[in-house]
Amino acid sequence: MDALLRLFSLIPGWDQNVPAWASISLAGLLAAGLCLGFISLGPVGYVYVERKLAGFMQDRLGPMRVGPWGLLQTIADTIKLLFKEAIFPAAVNRPLFVVAPCLVVIGAFMGFAVLPFSPTWQGTDLDVGAFYVIAIGSLSTVGLIMAGWASNNKYALFGAMRSAAQIVSYEIPAVMSLIVVVMIAGSLSLQQIVAAQAGGLHNWFLWKFFPLNVIAFLVFFTATLAECNRTPFDIPEAESELVAGFHTEYSGFFFAMFFLAEYTEMFVASAMVSVLFLGGFAAPLPVLQTVAGFDIGPVWLIAKAWALVFVHMWLRWTLPRLRVDQLMHVAWKVLLPIALFLIVVIGGLLTAPATAGGFPWDPWFGWPLTALLCGYLMLTALRAWRWHARQVREAVA
Amino acid sequence: MLPVYVPILILAVVAIGFAAFTIVASHLLGQPRPTDAKSAVYECGMPAIGTARERFPIKFYLVCMIFILLDVDAAFLYPWALIYPQLGWFGFVEMLVFMTLLGGGFAYAWKVGALDW
Amino acid sequence: MTASAVVFWVLTLIVLASAAVVVLSRSLINSAFALLATFSGVAGFYVLLGADFLAAVQFLVYVGGILILLVFGVMLTHRIQDLDLRAEARQLVPGLFVAAGVFILLAAVATRTPWAIGAGRLPSATTAEIGRAFLGKYLLPFEAASILLLVALIGAALIVRKREDA
Repeated sequence: MDALLRLFSLIPGWDQNVPAWASISLAGLLAAGLCLGFISLGPVGYVYVERKLAGFMQDRLGPMRVGPWGLLQTIADTIKLLFKEAIFPAAVNRPLFVVAPCLVVIGAFMGFAVLPFSPTWQGTDLDVGAFYVIAIGSLSTVGLIMAGWASNNKYALFGAMRSAAQIVSYEIPAVMSLIVVVMIAGSLSLQQIVAAQAGGLHNWFLWKFFPLNVIAFLVFFTATLAECNRTPFDIPEAESELVAGFHTEYSGFFFAMFFLAEYTEMFVASAMVSVLFLGGFAAPLPVLQTVAGFDIGPVWLIAKAWALVFVHMWLRWTLPRLRVDQLMHVAWKVLLPIALFLIVVIGGLLTAPATAGGFPWDPWFGWPLTALLCGYLMLTALRAWRWHARQVREAVA
Repeated sequence: MLPVYVPILILAVVAIGFAAFTIVASHLLGQPRPTDAKSAVYECGMPAIGTARERFPIKFYLVCMIFILLDVDAAFLYPWALIYPQLGWFGFVEMLVFMTLLGGGFAYAWKVGALDW
Repeated sequence: MTASAVVFWVLTLIVLASAAVVVLSRSLINSAFALLATFSGVAGFYVLLGADFLAAVQFLVYVGGILILLVFGVMLTHRIQDLDLRAEARQLVPGLFVAAGVFILLAAVATRTPWAIGAGRLPSATTAEIGRAFLGKYLLPFEAASILLLVALIGAALIVRKREDA
């Protein structure tokens, strides 16, 4: 919003003629409109990418019919969903049935208010930013359980109950591993957390106290993955046992709203992970932060978040679904003890003067490991691509 | 009024407006034409037996109870995790005491099987 | 009327109306979900008072925890669908007297207390301030609270534990 307010000030005579409240609300509405556009158009792309990825990972082509390479498939789907009637089964509790998807969508949207895209491109820099994102997510939980109850369907109610139990269980490891970052950064403000990681890839919190923070990163990432109800943690909507979980009875655009919320939550969670551990809008090399004098922070944040969204999708098509008791086991007996242990150890390391700024070997691990990881991923992708091409050739021949 | 919160208020209004607009738009674009079969409860092609709102296992309730306790613990941890770097060894000892109490309760809960599903 | 006064009255309306629904609704589940608006409104009050951390905790613990707990509790109730919550009005006159007495007492306390209006400044970063208070002036209450949480956790674990005989 700051950036927009500054843009307004550039217009001659703006500051004199337009009252402060008007320019603040105009800037707010514009910023909110930008977010809304990003949120509502994003899933069209995400769904296409996810279906294509699923296709490649399962050795098929994915959507191909609508448009070149099926590019228009999800647009067609969206239009279809818009014109479908929303069915209200006779047994549902109508007011709650309508309010529930709205709550889920609002809960997912509100996280955008504090995501820092650059030092000035941010809704608002709250002092409790990181905590706010986690707190506002509870709105979606209430929405899910409301959807399950209002549907008056056994599958829906079971899905909702499971989802609520799962989200509350994984919230604890998420909150606890967030404390590690807060202790290191000494702030909850997302802007300051990013500022503490500026100066290049080796300064990112991921590589601090190597390898302890890598573990914290994995705990936090797993917990956010589970809070988005994504595979391998998607028992709330396990189609093999619960049909579609909490949105079994939803159709038309109400159904689409749940999907919108799911993909938005995925993006917000991934952006949060990248802000907390991967330097947010800070570039891996300080040279790459500006292009021709322009700050390209938003590009970096979105790129990092999308990379993590890709990991979400990758995991979905790679790992099988966990059972309920395994799910609870992972949350309470694996992730939580690790997070508590990390708080104590990193607390001690931060207090000792010798290690207060990180281990002495920290700067030497970030770049080589990142290069190794990226190289391995590229090699794997290349091999997968060549294998795929050979399969296609053999099928044709 | 505190200007920091204004963007959140605006985003909330826009989000609510978007949700309301979607509902109205979907109602106008896709006219509901209910039939008996359409408005039946979904049950894999057979009539549903009884109501969905049966009694649920108490496990859900108990997990949620432990969640609230640990959540409050976390809420206590945050304020001083924020100023932790300035505290020195006093802060570390304080943290150890707090974490011992928390870890003790957690270990007890684990031992008696409260964390099993 | 200033903007914050407008927000205050809107929040008051939301809190009071949803609290009335909680008390008066005959359906248990509607009462539980109406609490969502009440809790959010109270979080709004905290924000208005500049207590941002408290507002976030209110949201996290009450909306994300207590409300879910209440709904889970409702699900434990037998035949919740047919349950019609209806309180009979017995002993109307004594009840009215008690209610009026409590109201007068509270109103008297509220009007006679010398509230420190405008005396303090709003700390810009409340969270760090709370942390300093925890480890300084209020160290003993802080430790007492952590022991209380330990006792509550052990109590909850005792209720939850698997019984061999069951």
